[in-house]
Amino acid sequence: MLLFLLRRIGLMLVTALCLTFVVFALTNMPAKLETLAKTQAGSRMSDAEVASWLDRNGYGEPLVMRYGEWLGVWPGWVREDEDGTVTGRCVTLRDTPEAAGERCGLLQGDWGFSTRFRADVADVITARLGATGLLMMWVLIVMVPMALIVGVLAGMREGSRTDRTLSTFAIASTATPEYVSGVLFIALLASSTVGISPILAEWGWIDGRVLFQGNARSAMDNITLSNFTLPVLTIALYGMGYVARITRASMTEVMTQQYIRTARLKGVSFSKIVLRHALRNALIAPFTVIMLQIPWLLNGVVISEVLFSYPGFGWTLYEAAVNNDIELLLASSVVAVVVVLVTQLISDIGYVYLNPRIRIS
Amino acid sequence: MDPLNWFEILARMAQQFLPVWVALVVTYALSIRFKRRLGLYGKLFDSTVGMIGFGIVMFWLFTALFADIVITHDALSQVSGMRNEPPGAALRDPGDLYPYYLLGGDSLARDVFSRMVMGAREVLRIAPFAAMISFMIGITLGLPAGYFGGKLDTGLTFLANLVLAFPVILLFFLLVAPEIQETIIPSVMAGVLFLVPIVFVTILLNARFFTQPAKRNLYVGGVLLVGVWAYTGLVFDADPAGFWSMSPNLLNVFVAVVFVNAPTVFRIVRGITLDIKTRDYVAAAQTRGEGPWYIMLWEILPNARGPLIVDFCLRIGYTTILLGTLGFFGLGVSPESPDWGSTINAGRRLLTVYPHPALVPAIALMSLVLGLNLLADGLREESLKD
Repeated sequence: MLLFLLRRIGLMLVTALCLTFVVFALTNMPAKLETLAKTQAGSRMSDAEVASWLDRNGYGEPLVMRYGEWLGVWPGWVREDEDGTVTGRCVTLRDTPEAAGERCGLLQGDWGFSTRFRADVADVITARLGATGLLMMWVLIVMVPMALIVGVLAGMREGSRTDRTLSTFAIASTATPEYVSGVLFIALLASSTVGISPILAEWGWIDGRVLFQGNARSAMDNITLSNFTLPVLTIALYGMGYVARITRASMTEVMTQQYIRTARLKGVSFSKIVLRHALRNALIAPFTVIMLQIPWLLNGVVISEVLFSYPGFGWTLYEAAVNNDIELLLASSVVAVVVVLVTQLISDIGYVYLNPRIRIS
Repeated sequence: MDPLNWFEILARMAQQFLPVWVALVVTYALSIRFKRRLGLYGKLFDSTVGMIGFGIVMFWLFTALFADIVITHDALSQVSGMRNEPPGAALRDPGDLYPYYLLGGDSLARDVFSRMVMGAREVLRIAPFAAMISFMIGITLGLPAGYFGGKLDTGLTFLANLVLAFPVILLFFLLVAPEIQETIIPSVMAGVLFLVPIVFVTILLNARFFTQPAKRNLYVGGVLLVGVWAYTGLVFDADPAGFWSMSPNLLNVFVAVVFVNAPTVFRIVRGITLDIKTRDYVAAAQTRGEGPWYIMLWEILPNARGPLIVDFCLRIGYTTILLGTLGFFGLGVSPESPDWGSTINAGRRLLTVYPHPALVPAIALMSLVLGLNLLADGLREESLKD
């Protein structure tokens, strides 16, 4: 087991290195650096001025060396002007000339400076991640039980009418990407002119003009049912269908097993068979799927945060990409990649741990 | 003129879709009549779910085909006074234009209905082909990985997992950016990705016909001719006849979507191959002395078709969703484009006041993907009955 773990973690580190290098190379394309130079130092620069600006700011070195510096395994670049002022990667990052020549990168906790938010990348990311963590927590709270209940109810009696209805519902939910369900929810529940809000308001059932708000910015200070329901539902709905279908498949398989038949012949009641004998075995597959679903939810998080203007991690990623904020985009990518890899690792370990039929020695 | 009520709108829309209805009725009548002779496709008509899904998919397919007859206005032209008008609004001064905006006007006074219909064409022009290319790549790499195993398998699986560990949305932001289009990256990736289908078909035919050189030369030569012709047009935009061409924008989108999909197909094909290569008929072919590529492509692949066809349907749906995502973030599409993702994006700004410009493409996209998923479900059910 220990060897398996070590091998998995080693593989994960190699993957992370490869992926971050790809991201680094793609965000540090010459064309993007040119855009950066123009936004930072004036848009009417000539090509020669752009080249000299890039050179002065340490973008002139080869890509691999800059990757090493950014990662923190290679000393940052240093440059001494004729009048004796020292500039360098670590000098700008740490505000002291003494830091010149040290290593300062991801590993040392120097994540760079965001040009979009005019703040340290590390601060921006931690604040935004907190907001998204809250969102994800509610998404999982809504999604997982709903998906499991739907899947178990559908898989309990394969081919029954309940199964047909719930399976169709699950298929429909996987066919509704976040940008579609978000739009439908807003039009149906959050518009003061159409949908059900004007009707409810007329009957006096709701206080405000709309049932739910289509903008979640206020949820940053104070999460309420009205401003947080729609973003959470939007993300949860798309992921739910898939988990429910896996649960159903797993449940139908378990229900055909010999030990279920034995229990039934013993005269155990149906509800007890489902709860005591089938459920525990049927939940192994959904567990891995739920863990693997988390990186997929990232898609939904970006879409839903942009749609509902909730300033979380996904929204930051979008802003960084749109505004060519290289350092912030790099940092967000690292976070995203780490989330993906860690959830994969947990799902693998969890699968081995939960499933007694698999033993790794 | 008075605006139309909902009943009149629906009636007029049904009238516009007339060629689609005719085509659907003909397809269904012929298919049900001959369903016993049509293999898996015919069996589809035994399952209600499959039939409903097939109907929805074919509806959109025919809509895309007959889009020029179905639309009421040009998808790009603006008519004064029709900004954000509700569904069924009448044109102030129709002239020889169609006198109504059936599903209202968008924020630039264009007809929502016509844009939705033209959007179907945009989506169905890319999604099935992207899914097809992803499949060819996945099969070409997945079969040898599963069949030979060893270092090749380890290497390819690592690469596939690398791509799969990349968050899709991040890949889109990085890969489908205007700065990237100016570089050589999309062309190189397209060069590699489009080469695989040609290699695939060539090996496929060669493995089967290499004992009959005359036939082999004819088939492989024909494939290579068409393949190289399409390849020069698509990758280098240098087709002398101008038949195959792809704007850099579209090429970029295409490459990104194929890149995201291919590793998943690879994993599926590899898994199936690992299972099938232990069967007796594979051992029989090996004993007969067949080459590895013949066994992979003509013994293993045909027997893996069930799950692959099902996944193909799902993958077209997923590709549609990905294209919508790209459009939603305004990546790689021209702002004028009527594709559903960008229309949803354009409509979402005024969503709470005028929901129809965003709602119409949203429902269209949802129904197409739902149709594909139902079709896949029906196919799965019927193929399991074999």
